[in-house]
Amino acid sequence: MFDRRLINNFDWILLAILILIGLLSIFNLYSATYTIRSMGQSQIYVRQICWFGIGFLILLLMTTFDYHILGRLAYPLFFITVIFLFASLKMGKVTHGSQRWLSFGYFSVQPSEMVKISLVVVLAKYFSELERMGNYRVRDLLRPLTLIAVPFVIIVHQPDLGTALMLLIVSFSIIIFVNVNWKSMLIFLFTALLSAPFFWIILEEYQKRRIIAFLRPDLDPLGAAYHVTQSKITIGSGLLWGKGFLKGTQTRLNFLPQQHTDFSFSVLAEEWGFVGSALLLLLYLFLILWCLNIAKNSKDKFGALIVVGIAASIFWHVAINVSMVTGLLPVVGIPLVLFSYGGSSVISTMAAMGLIMNISMRRFMFQE
Amino acid sequence: MVGRSGFDSVETEIYQKRLTRLTFFVLILFGVLFVRLWSLQIINGPKYRIQSENNRIDLRDVLPYRGSIFDKNGQLLVDNRPSFILGAIPGEVRNLDGLIKDLGRLIEIDSLTAKEKTKSALRWNPFNPVYIKKDLTRDELARIETNIFSMPSVIIEAKPRRHCIYNTLAAHLIGYLGEIDREQLAGQEYKENKLGDFVGKCGIEKKWHRHLNGSRGGQQYEVDASGRILRVLYQKAAEPGFNVFLTIDKDLQMLAERSLNGKVGAIVAMNPSSGEILAIASAPAFNPNDFAKGMDKKGWERLISNPHFPLQNRVISGQYPPGSLFKVVVALAGLEEGIIDPDEEIFCGGSYSFQGRTYRDWKEGGHGYVDLHRALVESCDVYFYQVGQALGIDTIAKYAKRLGLGCLTGLELGDEKPGLIPDRAWKLRRWHVPWQEGETLCVSVGQSFILVTPIQIVRFISALFNGGDLLRPQVTKWIGGEDKNGVFQLKPDMVRRWSLRKENMELVKKALIAVVNEPHGTGKSARLDQIRVAGKTGTAQVIALPAEESSVEERDVPYEFRDHAWFAAVAPAENPLIALAILIEHSGQGGSIAAPIARDILESYFDKLRPEQEKGRFWEAHERSTKLECSIVD
Repeated sequence: MFDRRLINNFDWILLAILILIGLLSIFNLYSATYTIRSMGQSQIYVRQICWFGIGFLILLLMTTFDYHILGRLAYPLFFITVIFLFASLKMGKVTHGSQRWLSFGYFSVQPSEMVKISLVVVLAKYFSELERMGNYRVRDLLRPLTLIAVPFVIIVHQPDLGTALMLLIVSFSIIIFVNVNWKSMLIFLFTALLSAPFFWIILEEYQKRRIIAFLRPDLDPLGAAYHVTQSKITIGSGLLWGKGFLKGTQTRLNFLPQQHTDFSFSVLAEEWGFVGSALLLLLYLFLILWCLNIAKNSKDKFGALIVVGIAASIFWHVAINVSMVTGLLPVVGIPLVLFSYGGSSVISTMAAMGLIMNISMRRFMFQE
Repeated sequence: MVGRSGFDSVETEIYQKRLTRLTFFVLILFGVLFVRLWSLQIINGPKYRIQSENNRIDLRDVLPYRGSIFDKNGQLLVDNRPSFILGAIPGEVRNLDGLIKDLGRLIEIDSLTAKEKTKSALRWNPFNPVYIKKDLTRDELARIETNIFSMPSVIIEAKPRRHCIYNTLAAHLIGYLGEIDREQLAGQEYKENKLGDFVGKCGIEKKWHRHLNGSRGGQQYEVDASGRILRVLYQKAAEPGFNVFLTIDKDLQMLAERSLNGKVGAIVAMNPSSGEILAIASAPAFNPNDFAKGMDKKGWERLISNPHFPLQNRVISGQYPPGSLFKVVVALAGLEEGIIDPDEEIFCGGSYSFQGRTYRDWKEGGHGYVDLHRALVESCDVYFYQVGQALGIDTIAKYAKRLGLGCLTGLELGDEKPGLIPDRAWKLRRWHVPWQEGETLCVSVGQSFILVTPIQIVRFISALFNGGDLLRPQVTKWIGGEDKNGVFQLKPDMVRRWSLRKENMELVKKALIAVVNEPHGTGKSARLDQIRVAGKTGTAQVIALPAEESSVEERDVPYEFRDHAWFAAVAPAENPLIALAILIEHSGQGGSIAAPIARDILESYFDKLRPEQEKGRFWEAHERSTKLECSIVD
């Protein structure tokens, strides 16, 4: 029952943007890890190539089925990913003091990345099936809020505050998009504020410390504030045209922290200047606008909401990460999706992009 | 066929409108990002370019001040002294050979190593200082300082160094610092520490490292191309570590160590009612200051090749046969089990025959007719051979363990050894041969396999005189910062209460008072005029000398075969303030070697209390101490 129209409708532009960003990412990682390679932390860019390879395969895989199947499977899929998430908390391996990886022998996955997508799908499913159109009341929001709260609490416990915050922001982007009435929004914010002290009490001492460091990085002048100072110098010193590929001095001297993850944008800005960094931003902007366009053209609410949710996720990652490395926001440990190094992130983003592709390809089809 | 069947027209319109709004929102936020990039890279770019080329922002650790250690009366025992280190920044050295030559002319340095170190650092970490010489003397410091302007790459760093004010005083208790090792780096206790830090390696320095260490601060500063610090951008002050107050009394500790001067042995004094250790001395000792300087290979080899193991704390890890001290345990067991009738007299003719072997008494010719009291006072072996034989080894072992011997006391210093109380099961397990009845006789007088540590003995005699409370000995009184907020406060910790009949304990206590105060007592050289001392001597044989050779003079026996001398004491016997255990290795008899030491220590200790006694406050202080108050003398 394969339909030729699927090929005709294949979204080549979306694919092209993703490939461009992927190539930039790999070149940038090659440069960012140029010096530390000699010290043994090798082949990060090679691994990123692999992640993108696997990512594109998964993207294609995600286009092979009709996304309405996901509508029927939304809840089971969501619960499975939440169980994985819970498992990672209970028996995951600890890296950098936080349990966020689940090991499957040869490879480890970050279930929190999978939850991000399944949560978007499940929220899209819920809101697309509501009779009421917009202006939602508190009782309409009870179920989605519970759905958000469960993975959120688990991720806070890992603790991976960047991801938890991202989960919240993306979910609320969807809720605001579907148009909640302001009264219920206020009620919700009020309860959240009231329950905050209670959550604070049940947290462990080290978790409190981590949250304080997260909210107030300026209290840590030798860690986060140092990173921002360095990052600003790195970006600023790129000027219009940059210092050239592999010629970044800040990067070479290892002044910049986490050059291949959270601060990878700074490396690009130093070596390619305003031209390079603006080009990357434009690519992201184009990607997001293209997604919104797909949402506009998608044939049902469910598809549109999924696309909006994923686009929101990408948008916030880019906005927060770039603000962070340019010193507009505190350093909160959110990577630049697709551009920073990270297997779980690349693969889950590509899977999400596959979903968008899927929706884009089926925009002209009637539901059978 | 272009259909949007999923959307009805109203919804479509609403969604379309919102998506348009969303697009504007995205465009605006991206606009902000573009403006920010423009401002950083184009408007302020040149400034940042200069900073990236000429200036470096660097980080520097500020090490916290390690907490001091005090005795119970607030006398300072350990603090930190500045130590000056000569270093160079490899990235800023223009002419390495010239610099080394210049330095060599000023002070004595190892030019070859300095050159090597600087060269290798130049490749990896050119802006971190390389240390050329540690521990500059005042003279060397002055010579470098006057010439430092002609050598811009040279720096002098002052680092705090651990300093024990009284050198070897309480060295085993305090412990020493050493460079952190891999295992420690991974541990929670050391999460404030980095590679290269000096951390506690043993004793109190290790036990309370986390509290003593404090937390590291740092500075983020900007330097220009020539390495001059332009300004400090941020800084975080280091938080000093907490101070530790020990339970030991510095004067008593000194006295104990002086008594051990030239000997090999251990002395431990404890407050019998609270478990506070008042003095803990082990000889030979070492000087923790040698470690703080950075122990060189020669010094270390000298320490570990010393046949008397100066690093060992004999109070907790020296295991010795208790000798006649053990008769107290056998007496208590015999009374409890109804084997001893305190009034029954047994004849001691100087030896006892059992299963065809002769077991000698220490006193040639014997003690004559002895009851329990005399048997303890004169330490009659024959009496206890028979009590022990009647009790059997397993009953003896059961009592010894219940009374706290042959097991860890739980003193908070590491490396405590448990000693050994043998029984039938142990012998079979360890040696695969059954227990010989004759061995029970040897154990009854504290010989053969049985081993105890001085800390077990001091706890044992404390419990006997405080009414049977077996306490956990403790050495830390209080830990806290300058603001007087404590993080640790000593609380007496009772392990268990002896379940012995009071009248039996009284009988034994009376005998132990007589050991010191009656003319035939083996411990009479520990007698004091004004304070009633109670005690028990012990002489632990290293090897059993055959009967024929018993007349051999002590000085003719090779050192390593000489007996260990024991003495355990409490004073005042009625309401004890101090309990003592003394062990002198390979020195001879407890009564003649160890008891006089106890006398000297107790005499000085009570002399120090006397001024208060004269003011009528002595007994008041005494009362307080029995109510488990921490301080006797303030």
